Amino acid sequence: MRRGPLDLVRARPETPFEFSFDGEPVTALPGQTVAAALWQAGHLAWRRTRLGDRPRGAFCGMGACYDCLVELDGTPNVRACLAPVRPGALVRTQRGDGHGELR
Amino acid sequence: MANSADAVDGHDLGDRHERYDLAVVGAGPAGLAAAAAAAEHGVRVALLDSAPWPGGQFYRQPAAELRASRPQALHHHWPAFQRLLARLDVARERVTLLADHHVWSVTGGSGAFAVRALTGPDQRQARQLTARQVLFATGAHERQLPFPGWTLPGVVGAGGAQAMLKAGLVLPGRHVVVAGSGPLLLAVASCLVTAGATVPLVAEAADYLGYARGARVLAANPGKLVEGAQHGATLLRHGVRLRPRTAVVAAHGTDRVEAVTLGRLDAAWRPVPGSEWRVPCDAVAVGHGLVPQLELPLELGCRTRRLPDGSAALVVDAAQRTSVPGVWAAGESTGVGGVQLAVTEGELAGLAVAGQTAAPRELLRRRARQRAFAELMAARHAPGGGWTQWLDDATEVCRCEEVTARQVRDAVSELGAPDQRTVKLLTRAGMGWCQARMCGPAVARLCGAHDDGAPTRPLSTPVPLGLLAECDTPAPPSEGAPDDHP
Ligand SMILES: Cc1cc2nc3c(=O)[nH]c(=O)nc-3n(C[C@H](O)[C@H](O)[C@H](O)COP(=O)(O)OP(=O)(O)OC[C@H]3O[C@@H](n4cnc5c(N)ncnc54)[C@H](O)[C@@H]3O)c2cc1C
Ligand code: FES
Repeated sequence: MRRGPLDLVRARPETPFEFSFDGEPVTALPGQTVAAALWQAGHLAWRRTRLGDRPRGAFCGMGACYDCLVELDGTPNVRACLAPVRPGALVRTQRGDGHGELR
Repeated sequence: MANSADAVDGHDLGDRHERYDLAVVGAGPAGLAAAAAAAEHGVRVALLDSAPWPGGQFYRQPAAELRASRPQALHHHWPAFQRLLARLDVARERVTLLADHHVWSVTGGSGAFAVRALTGPDQRQARQLTARQVLFATGAHERQLPFPGWTLPGVVGAGGAQAMLKAGLVLPGRHVVVAGSGPLLLAVASCLVTAGATVPLVAEAADYLGYARGARVLAANPGKLVEGAQHGATLLRHGVRLRPRTAVVAAHGTDRVEAVTLGRLDAAWRPVPGSEWRVPCDAVAVGHGLVPQLELPLELGCRTRRLPDGSAALVVDAAQRTSVPGVWAAGESTGVGGVQLAVTEGELAGLAVAGQTAAPRELLRRRARQRAFAELMAARHAPGGGWTQWLDDATEVCRCEEVTARQVRDAVSELGAPDQRTVKLLTRAGMGWCQARMCGPAVARLCGAHDDGAPTRPLSTPVPLGLLAECDTPAPPSEGAPDDHP
C-alpha cells in the first residue's frame, strides 16, 4: 500500500467513526475537521455559490477565505476547515448564502 | 517597570477583567518566543491564539486524537519548537496560554489595553482582559493571484494544503501541481511528496537565478541554505522538477480540477505565447508569497511600510516597538522572513518589554542578517505586472462575491474607478466574507497599483452582533500610568 500522511507521522488514531455527508456515510478520524474528513473521503466540494451555483470547498485551509462554508447539524455558514467533526454529525452541502450568521 | 503583577495595582483598570502586564496576540514562533523571553524576566503574560494549539503556521501540529508519534516528520526545526514550549512551561506561573481565543478587538492605549476575544465551541463566548502592553505576533496569510479555473475544487492555497496536511493528515489529491512564487512552495512540495503525494512539478513564476545575485546574503544565512538544500534534496529524491519562470495559466475541469495549462513567463511575468503545455493532476497548491496580517494593529493606528514585494508590514524600531506607545510587534507582522527571524524578533521584543534594554548583540546581529535575507526574498519574488495577462474575462477575481476580471476591468477602464476602494463599491469585489483577504492584492494590481494596495481592516473574525452591542467602551489609558518605554 502507498504511504500516506498517517504512516509518515506514525499516527495511531483513536477509533474512526461515521458521519453523514448529504445523506451518505463518511468515515472520519477523531481530531479531524469537517474539511479534513471530507478530503480524506475524496470529497473536495461542499458548497454551491450564490450567483453561479458553482462547486466550492476548502481553499485557504485556515479560516481566512470562507470558501469552505458548510451546513453542520442544521447550522449553515460553518467553516469546515475549523469545525471539528463529531460522530453522527449531519453535514450537508451549503447552497446560496446559507441564510444565517457566519460561524 | 511592569515586571510583576503588583505593577498594575493602583491603576484604575476595573475589576471585572483579568489583568496582565502584556497580552501577546498570536502563539506562533514569534509569539511563543516573546512570551517566553518576557515571562523569564518577570512579566505577567497572556498569550492568546485562535488555534486550539500553540505553534502558528510553521509548527502546526496534528490534532491530539490522531496520536502522531512522529509529528516532526512534517517539520524542520521541531526541537526548537519543543525548547520554546519547555521555556514557557518553566515560566508557567507568569504565562497564561489562552488557546482557542480569537482576538477580534484591541482598544485603549499604553497602560490599559482592552483585549476582546471569542472562545468556546462555537466561538460565541466573549472574554475580555486588560493588559498594560500588547504585542502583535499575528503572522501572515497567503497572497493569491487568480487565474482561469482557480475556483475549481481541488485548487487550494499552498499554505492551506500544508496546514490541512500538518493538522488533519490529509491531502487534497494524489497528483498535486505546486505553483506560484516564493520559498514556501519548496517547503510545501517537500511536505506533500514526503506524505505520499506525487508532485508533477513546482512552477515558480520568478527566476531563481535571481538568488545568485544575493549570494553574499545567502552565504550569511547558512541556516537558510541548509533548509533550502534539504527541501531540494527531498524534491530531487522524489523526482520533482522545479520550473522557474513558469506559471499555471489555467486550471481545467468541471466539478474538480483535472489538469492545468502551464506557460513560460518572461521577466515581467508575461506569459510567453505558444509556450503552453498541459499537465494532468487532481489538485493544485498555489500561492504567491505571504502578506502580513495587520487588522488589529491597524485599528490601533500603527504605522506600516511597504516591502519590496508590495505588501505592507508594521514599522518597528530596534526594540520591536510599533509607532503606537505600548504596542509591540514581532514575526511576520513586521515583514515576512521565515520561522527563524520570527523567533529572533520575538526574543528581542520579549526582552525589551521586560525592560532588558541591553539586548544580546548576537540576537541583534542575527536579526539584521535574517532581515537582509527576507528583503532579498521579497524582492526576488515580487509579483511581476504581466500576470494580469493570463486572466480571461470570466476569471473570478473575488471568490466570495463572484466578481470577474471583466467586471473589475470595466470598472477601471469604462467607469474610471481610480483605485481598489472604488472598484469595491462598483463591483462588490472585496465586500464578501473574506473581506478582501483573498482578492485584495489582485484587485489593487488590476487597478494599476504595483503593490498590494491598502491593507484591509475588517473585523479579524465575524462577531455576533449582540456582542458588538454589549461590548464595553474601551478602557481609557489610566491617567498618570507611565509608558514603560516611551
Ligand atoms: C500557510 C503558511 C505556511 C507556512 N509554511 C512555512 C514553512 O513551511 N516554512 C517556513 O519557514 N515558513 C513558513 N511560513 C512562514 C511562517 O509563517 C513563518 O516562518 C512563521 O510561522 C512566522 O511566525 P509568526 O509567529 O510570525 O506567525 P504565525 O506562525 O503565522 O503565527 C501567528 C499566530 O497568530 C494567530 N493569530 C492571528 N490573528 C489572530 C487573532 N486575531 N486572534 C488570535 N490569534 C491570532 C494565528 O492563529 C497564528 O497561530 C508559512 C506561512 C503561512 C501563512
Ligand atoms: S478553507 Fe478558507 S476558511 Fe476554510
